[in-house]
Amino acid sequence: MKVELQQVEEAARELYIRALKLLPPDVKQGLDRLAAGETDAGAKRMLGTMVRNIRVAEDTANLLCQDTGIPIYNVRIGRGVEVDGWGLKEAIRRGCARSTREHPFRSSVVHPTTRANDQDSTGRGVPVINIDFSDRPEALEIEMVPKGSGSENNSWLKMAIPAEGVDAIKTFVVDCVLEAGGKTCPPTIVGVGVGGTSDLCVHLAKAAATRALGTRCEDPEGAKLEEALTKAVNLLGVGPQGLGGDSTAFAVHVETAATHITMNPVAVNMQCHSARRARATFGPKGVEYGY
Amino acid sequence: MAHHEFSCPITEAQARALRVNDTVTLEGTLFGIRDATQIHMFDRGRRTRFDLKGHAVIHTAPNVRKVAASASAPSGYEPVCIGTTTSDRMERFTRPLMEQNGVRLVIGKGGLREGSAAAFRDLGGAYLAIVGGAAALETTWVEAIEDVDLDDLNPESLWKFRVHGFGPLVVAMDSHGGSLYAQVNRDSRSRRAAALASLGVKSQ
Repeated sequence: MKVELQQVEEAARELYIRALKLLPPDVKQGLDRLAAGETDAGAKRMLGTMVRNIRVAEDTANLLCQDTGIPIYNVRIGRGVEVDGWGLKEAIRRGCARSTREHPFRSSVVHPTTRANDQDSTGRGVPVINIDFSDRPEALEIEMVPKGSGSENNSWLKMAIPAEGVDAIKTFVVDCVLEAGGKTCPPTIVGVGVGGTSDLCVHLAKAAATRALGTRCEDPEGAKLEEALTKAVNLLGVGPQGLGGDSTAFAVHVETAATHITMNPVAVNMQCHSARRARATFGPKGVEYGY
Repeated sequence: MAHHEFSCPITEAQARALRVNDTVTLEGTLFGIRDATQIHMFDRGRRTRFDLKGHAVIHTAPNVRKVAASASAPSGYEPVCIGTTTSDRMERFTRPLMEQNGVRLVIGKGGLREGSAAAFRDLGGAYLAIVGGAAALETTWVEAIEDVDLDDLNPESLWKFRVHGFGPLVVAMDSHGGSLYAQVNRDSRSRRAAALASLGVKSQ
């Protein structure tokens, strides 16, 4: 199966706009679930406002949140897919810039020291493009995540040591949720990376934070941690927007990787309640959009 | 828990009447301000031609569309999506905003710290919490972008919005030392040991 670069550019453009406007069904259900179980009246009202906002965004075809984020494109190339790799990256970059100018919406991307904004959501190394391969035949998937800064500014890495054990991982996650308070726009998806190298650990935390609600870590040890940590952080009472309540996190998601005999790294990256993502799947019959 | 309807500018007495958990709805003028706006105003000596005395500012950098200036879009911009950003990064600007520009109300999400609480106490002001991330809804409360200053910082310009039924916003920090954030922070930290115990971890 051959993938045309013009189609990739169009999809990259469309995906950014879709992600900014349409919240995935699992996140909407997650908000409904939290609202139903919330015992604090003020927190319940705030969750109700978040649900109302989703409806207004759909009715007015508007962006869910003003923060258009740092654009991230996760590409997974299946078996038997033929595509020009360099051209694919260029096409994504062009589509990302076009969506910003043509919609138009806010370019949130600046040079790190001059703070100059090219007003098209691109810059050195941005959009972030991650490329990986899958065993799915005849399919190229592009997932788009606009990663908001309120949650991204609360990201942590700790190079714990083996003698501190799993307790160091658990304690670190609880302390990060306390430290973040209302700054991450809770309720959040708390993404936790466990193991790997320092950079892989942080990458795993991001993958965990942006995973669909209801999915579980493929590593049974990670899945056990997810369950225990989800309950634990929701005992803290940080609540929606950090103003108190039961609903601190939709879930804690964990991703793991093997690590070194001397290492015990843990990273935390969070996703806010507007947990946006969109997906395009290229197949023999054309492009399909989803989440 | 009183409800207040304000058309800014307001007086010191009006700001000091606010208590945490009260609610506020704004009508009329609201100014939008952000990291770069305040870095330029307070670290680099830039001045604004706007009179902020007695006014409310909201921590925002909106999505806007450039249009021909008209009665409905006097600034040459119309709103696309206007929301609110995390306030914490702008903590150190609360006092100068109040002292030098006479601002009375700061609207944001996630809260401010002790320095801002002290400024609200000393000078008479309050922090009003909005539900962050609910920007599509917030945009329906903005009638127009009336004017813009320091626009070379776009989107972090100093924006003058005309709003209608902007709220209800929750008074989360007041001029009497009340802060819902400090309170929740104390409460949640007091639950740390129980959360860790649920994970089989002994807290130190």
